[in-house]
Amino acid sequence: MLYREVGQFKTTYAADMAVFPIRQDRIGILAMVAIAAVGVPLVANDFVLTSIMIPGLIFTLAAIGLNILTGYAGQISLGTGAFMGVGAYAAYKLANAFPEVNILVWIVTSGVFSAMIGVVFGLPSLRIKGLYLAVTTLAAQFFLEWCFVRIGWLTDYSSSGAIEAVRRSLAGMPITGPEAEPLTRYFVVLALVIGLTWVTSNLVHGRIGRTWMMVRDMDIAAELMGVRLLPAKLLAFAVSSYLAGVAGAMMVFFWLGAAEPSAFGISLSFQVLFMVIIGGLGSLLGSWLGAAFIWALPVVLKFAPGLVGIEIASATVEHLNSMIVGALIIFFLIVEPHGLARLWAVTKQKLRVWPFPW
Amino acid sequence: MFKPMALAFSVASTLAVVLPAVPAQAEDSLYVPLLTYRTGPYAGSGIGIADGMHDYLEMLNQRDGGIGGVKIAIEECETGYNSQKGVECYEATKGKGALVYNPWSTGITLQLIPKAGVDKIPVLSMAYGLSAAADGKTFPWVFNPPMTYWDGASVAVKYIGGKEGGLAKLKGKTIGFIYLDAPYGKEPIPLLEDLAKEYGFKLMKYPVPGDKMQDQSSQWLNVQSDSPDWMIMWGWGAMNPTAVKEAAKIGYPMDHFIGVWFSGGDDDAKAGGAGAKGFLTLNFNGTGAGYPALADIKKYVVAKGLSQVKGDDRVGENNYNHGVYNSMLIAEAIRNAQKIAGKKMVDAADVRAGLETLNIDAARIEAMGLKDFMAPMKVTCDDHSGENSVYVQQWDGAKWTKVSDWIEPMKDKIRPMLVADAKAYADKNAPWPARTEACGGR
Repeated sequence: MLYREVGQFKTTYAADMAVFPIRQDRIGILAMVAIAAVGVPLVANDFVLTSIMIPGLIFTLAAIGLNILTGYAGQISLGTGAFMGVGAYAAYKLANAFPEVNILVWIVTSGVFSAMIGVVFGLPSLRIKGLYLAVTTLAAQFFLEWCFVRIGWLTDYSSSGAIEAVRRSLAGMPITGPEAEPLTRYFVVLALVIGLTWVTSNLVHGRIGRTWMMVRDMDIAAELMGVRLLPAKLLAFAVSSYLAGVAGAMMVFFWLGAAEPSAFGISLSFQVLFMVIIGGLGSLLGSWLGAAFIWALPVVLKFAPGLVGIEIASATVEHLNSMIVGALIIFFLIVEPHGLARLWAVTKQKLRVWPFPW
Repeated sequence: MFKPMALAFSVASTLAVVLPAVPAQAEDSLYVPLLTYRTGPYAGSGIGIADGMHDYLEMLNQRDGGIGGVKIAIEECETGYNSQKGVECYEATKGKGALVYNPWSTGITLQLIPKAGVDKIPVLSMAYGLSAAADGKTFPWVFNPPMTYWDGASVAVKYIGGKEGGLAKLKGKTIGFIYLDAPYGKEPIPLLEDLAKEYGFKLMKYPVPGDKMQDQSSQWLNVQSDSPDWMIMWGWGAMNPTAVKEAAKIGYPMDHFIGVWFSGGDDDAKAGGAGAKGFLTLNFNGTGAGYPALADIKKYVVAKGLSQVKGDDRVGENNYNHGVYNSMLIAEAIRNAQKIAGKKMVDAADVRAGLETLNIDAARIEAMGLKDFMAPMKVTCDDHSGENSVYVQQWDGAKWTKVSDWIEPMKDKIRPMLVADAKAYADKNAPWPARTEACGGR
């Protein structure tokens, strides 16, 4: 079939160790980027862009962030929602304090603040492991949410307690705020998410990623082999929170337009955690697949009956939706506990040796 | 096959499903999307409202053939009181020619306020949302009639003052404020603090976090030890019945406990059992089903099985009647818009003008079959809430009874605060677009 790699010889060490060693994969990834950058904008309407593509991409970034921590470094975290919130509030404060600086700078910088907060809450990870660590990150979740509600300075003492996306432009085009076209916002989000995925990919395939995986697989062994645990774990917390923070800032500025503190609640943390688990721990592809599955599927299910002309009460759709998505999650976890990414890896292996599986 | 084929497939199938979307609405109907919530933690309040909104509009369809002879196309979209889903519903329905949005959540309202002026679709947040939106000069596309939370809070204080023998007697008293710790519950705080300073009473605040609505024992323990003279509540969803239950449990005098209009659901008060007798709430619509319009709903909608209400007994509950009031505002705005525009098929900009010139007098109220259900109300270009009057009702153990006259809010106090707050909002969201819409026109 298509996956025939006959004649693809690897003549250098670099080629052998490439992220995508098979030519079909490289073509495929380029095709995907092309579809996302050219195909989707051509065919998608505003609803698809604003309700499926933009949030899907933002959640992908958040899932990648959590995957660094949970999937690669093996530290369970339930604080993703709050770290996203830190990014959002930081971007809001920075954008208002320095309106002359381009908003994209602040979106990317906002992650630094959540990285710092993440490092603080990552400190206990040296002593506390596994589920117990999950509880300390849960404390981060509740504490930070409390801050968003209580500290008026974060919202510039807004009487409603919410933050709004400020109006900013890039090269004369509004990219945030209500005037920004969905397509413009989509391109910005797409560029940021692809760029950060690329950076992360380089991180996890290099020395840093390897130390994370050593810590995950057996931290005592890693320590004996010369990995300094605290810096390795804290770096994982920092990078993870950074990506979550940028995702949170994008969530307010490119998707929702305004957010109240409850938008960064514990349910958001769980939503991202499910994406990582369903997609596949320790896999970037898994983060993409997981976000698509957990975010896009319910939206499609919600609006599909109305589009094909079936009249169902809106509440019934919502109940059916929860049931179908829940059933699918159980189904996928039974079929492949290692997530959608592993499911794909197995499929690919079968395709590569097809039609002679032995 | 390529490696990312699975993603490609998911994206492609998503597109395939959604693209043939957005079926053009029938050309000859008025499209009114209803953002409702019949699921989630706030469903207890949301279901009654959703039914009331849907049934009143459906009744107009069945009885009068719509508004001005044009049928209303009603579509419900489930938000679950969740801001993410609310925006999703907005994006999914706005392309179909939506005339007006009723977010029914302060969080969703805040997200729609900046969009309203850009998409040119009015937002009608009936007695909720951003209080400052009452300033029509700054927010031409947002409406919050019949009054804002600040007006409501001022009426609660006025009522308390009346019972204590004049506002001057409030000096040295303690008023407790228990509220949902969300934008909604925090809205009235600036006004209450201001009034506390002016009249010399002490304001004690008891926030209830959104995820702990069903466990208020610690807040009420504090209430017990502080023993404030009066309690005011800004609650919603599961918070209301819990608060009433807890208040009854600690033996707080229920006739000194005033809830906002959204704390006055029948189920909210019933939860307290016999102990809830005497519980007070503010209200702006009548309760019970003893109005000709509600009788028509039973006859044309419920009896025909067109409503999701099972049986008649839910019709006339307070939340249901809130929904009816909301739909009445929508229908009157559309009717008004048809008059102004001189055509039957109005668009969202016409409806905005219709909302802005809304003037429902006693004669019109009687013609709608809602005599005694509501007070005459008015919206103007400057004042998008109208600061209309509210009354206080009391739970007698089985139903609500009206125990006060229609009380006017402290307009002279609130109006400058609203304008200042609107300005602060516009400054923060600079460059906030200046109003270009003519008063009462497009």
